[in-house]
Amino acid sequence: MRKLDLKGNLFPMAILETQDLHVSVEGKPILNGVELALEEGKVHALMGPNGSGKSTLAFALAGHPDYRITHGRILLAGEDITHLPPDQRAKRGLFLAFQYPPEVEGVKLREFMRLACGDQGHGFCEFQQLYPKAIKHLSMDELADRELNVGFSGGEKKRAELFQAWLLRPKVALLDEPDSGVDVDAFKVIARAIRELAAAGTAVLIITHYPRVLEHVPPARVFVLNEGRITQTGGPELARTIEVEGFKAVQR
Amino acid sequence: MNEKTALKRGLTREVVEEISREKGEPDWMLRLRLRALEIFQRLPMPKFGPDLSEVDLADISYYLRSVEPVASWDELPEEIRKTFDALGLPEAEKEALAGLGAQVDSEVVYRSILKDVRTQGVLFLPMEEAVREHPDLVREHFMRVIPPADNLFAALHGAVWSGGTFVWVPEGVKVEIPLQAYFRMQTQGVGQFEHTLIVAEPGSSVHYIEGCSAPRYTKVVLHSGMVEIVAKEGAHVRFTTIQNWSRNVYNLNNKRAVAHAGARVDWVSGSLGSKVTMLYPTTVLAGPGASTENLGFTFARDGQYLDVGARALHLAPNTSSRLVSRSVIQGDAKAVFRGKVYVAKNARGAKGHVECSTLLLSPQAKTETIPVLDAENDEVELAHEATVGRISKDHLFYLMSRGLTEQEALSLIVNGFVSPILKEIPLEYALELKRLLEISFEGAVG
Ligand SMILES: Nc1ncnc2c1ncn2[C@@H]1O[C@H](COP(=O)(O)OP(=O)(O)OP(=O)(O)O)[C@@H](O)[C@H]1O
Ligand SMILES: [Mg+2]
Repeated sequence: MRKLDLKGNLFPMAILETQDLHVSVEGKPILNGVELALEEGKVHALMGPNGSGKSTLAFALAGHPDYRITHGRILLAGEDITHLPPDQRAKRGLFLAFQYPPEVEGVKLREFMRLACGDQGHGFCEFQQLYPKAIKHLSMDELADRELNVGFSGGEKKRAELFQAWLLRPKVALLDEPDSGVDVDAFKVIARAIRELAAAGTAVLIITHYPRVLEHVPPARVFVLNEGRITQTGGPELARTIEVEGFKAVQR
Repeated sequence: MNEKTALKRGLTREVVEEISREKGEPDWMLRLRLRALEIFQRLPMPKFGPDLSEVDLADISYYLRSVEPVASWDELPEEIRKTFDALGLPEAEKEALAGLGAQVDSEVVYRSILKDVRTQGVLFLPMEEAVREHPDLVREHFMRVIPPADNLFAALHGAVWSGGTFVWVPEGVKVEIPLQAYFRMQTQGVGQFEHTLIVAEPGSSVHYIEGCSAPRYTKVVLHSGMVEIVAKEGAHVRFTTIQNWSRNVYNLNNKRAVAHAGARVDWVSGSLGSKVTMLYPTTVLAGPGASTENLGFTFARDGQYLDVGARALHLAPNTSSRLVSRSVIQGDAKAVFRGKVYVAKNARGAKGHVECSTLLLSPQAKTETIPVLDAENDEVELAHEATVGRISKDHLFYLMSRGLTEQEALSLIVNGFVSPILKEIPLEYALELKRLLEISFEGAVG
C-alpha cells in the first residue's frame, strides 16, 4: 500500500526501501533498524562516522552472504528481495560500487561486463553498442584490457566501478565512497557519470565523507547513519552542517 | 580386431622381438630394444610419487595393430572416424595445421602434411617409417636425449615403443603453422608407447601439438610415451600437449629436450585426464644463451592423482628458464608440482624462475609443491614463488553482484586463474579447455 501525506497526496514511490533492517556480521549486530527510501532519478547521500555501518548497509542491500539480515525487509520496486542471492538482486536492477573493489586475476573487464549484460537482461545494457561508449565516457581505454582491478590505483578502481554502473544502467546504484582517493580530473568524470545515471532514472545513493562530491552532484536527500541507525534526514544543507560542525552536531 | 597382429600379454624377449619383426626394423633398432629390455629388468619402480602397484606389467598387451593405416578419413572404421570427427581433427587439419598424424593403439593410422611444408624439406613421418627410411637421422638421436637407463619407464618404453612421430626441420626453415599428432587408446588392456622425436636444425622453428584420449574401461591401462627434442643452434621448438586420457589410464611419460646455443624450447602441458600421471618435461640447456619456458596447467578431479612438474638443467652460461604451473584441484583429487632448476658450475649468468599456484576447489583436495633450486655457482638469479588458495567469497560476491550466477562467477574465476597458461594454448584447444572447466563447484568457496 502506498502512503498518503497529510493532504492526501501520494508519497512518491520509493524504488528501494528498507523497513526496520537489522544486520549482523559474524554474530555481531551492526545495523539496528535502518529505515531508508530511495527514489527513482534522484541522488541521495549517506554520511556517517567511520564504522557506523554504511558499507554494512550497502553489502546487506546487495546480498553479501556474510551480512546476515536478522530482522526487517528490503523492497526493490515493491518486491521483497530480503533473502534473494546477490545475482538475483542485480538482475532486478540493483548495483553496488564497492568501497574496496577486489582484484580478480585473469578476468578481463570486457568478458566480465559481457556476462553481466547478458545476465541482467533488464534491457538497459546493449553490450555491443554501449560498451565502447562507456569505455570512452569513463576514460577507461587503458584499463579495459587489464585484469579486473588488478594493480589498479585507488582512483582507477573507483572509475572502473562507475564505468560498470554507467554501462549496466541499474535501477538503483549504491556507490560506496565513489570519491575517496580520486584526483580532480577523475572526480569530474565520476561526478558527471553519476549525474547522468540519475538523469536516466537511476536512484543513486552516494556514501561519502566529503560534501565536495555533493556540490557536484546535488543530493535530494541526505541521511546520517550513526551506530547502526539513520539518526538524521535532511536536504543538502545537512551535509554542510556536518562538514563545519562534525557528526556530534547532528546527533540526537 | 586383426588377430595376427595382437601379441600375447606380458613382456618377454619374444614379445620384443616380435614387435620388431612386425615392423620390419633394422638390426640396430632391435638391439636397442633388447638392451632396453635388459635394463628394464634390473631397474626398480620409481621411488617417489603415486602408488603404481595397480599397474601389472605382466598383464598388459604391448602391441596391437587394431586399425590398418588409411589415406583418407573416410576409410577409417566408423567408430574411430566418429571419434576423430567429434574431436574436430579433420576440420583442424583443413583449417589450422601444417600436418596431422593420428594413432590408434600401437600404430599411426593416418598422416598428412601440407605440400608447402613438405617442399620446404620438412619430414613429418610415423616413427617406424623414419626408422626404415631415414636411419641416420633417427639413429643419431633416438633415445640419446633420454637413455633407457634413465628410469624404469624409459627402459620399458625403449623395449616396446610403437608408433609416434618423427619430425625433422631443415636448417633455417620456419614452419609457420603447427603440426599435430593425436593419440587414441582404443582397445581394452592394450598399452600405448608412442615415440616422438623432433630434430630442429639450426635457425629453424616448429610448433608441435599433441592431444590424446581414450574410451573409459574398468581395467587400468598404461600409457608410457616418450618425447625427445633436439633444438640445434638458434632453433625454436614449441611442444604443446593436451592430455585428456580416461580415468583408467596410468600416464607415465618421459619428455626431454636438449637446447643448444641460443635455442629455445617451450613446453605447454595441459593435464586433465588419466587416473595417475607422472610427467616432468625437462629442458637441458646445453649451449650458451639457450632458454626454455615450461608452462603447465593441471586440473585434477575426483579420484585423480596428477604428479607433474618441470625441470630445467642449466649446463651452459647465460641460459634462462621459466617454469610456471597452475593447478586446480577438485573433490578428493591430488596434484603435486615438482619444479626443479639445476645450475652447473660453469653456467654463470643463469636465470631461473619457478612459479606455482594452486586453487583448491574442495576441502578434501590435496596438493604439494616441491621446488628444488640447486646452483653450483654464485652468479645466478633464481626465484621461486608458490601459492595455494581457495576461491575467495569476496571475489565471488563481487562478480555475482553484477548479475553473474554462482556457476558463471566460479567459472570466470577458475578460468582467470589458469589464464596465464590458457592464453598460450592454441585457440581451438583453449575453447575445449574452457568447456572442460565448466564443472561442478560444490564446496569450492573458502
Ligand atoms: N566482515 C566483517 N567482519 C567483522 N566486522 C565487520 C565486518 N564488516 C564490518 N564490520 C564491522 O562493522 C562495523 C561497521 O563497518 P562498516 O564497514 O559498515 O563501516 P563504514 O560506516 O562503512 O565505515 P567507513 O566510513 O570507515 O567506511 C565496524 O565496526 C566494522 O568493524
Ligand atoms: Mg565503508
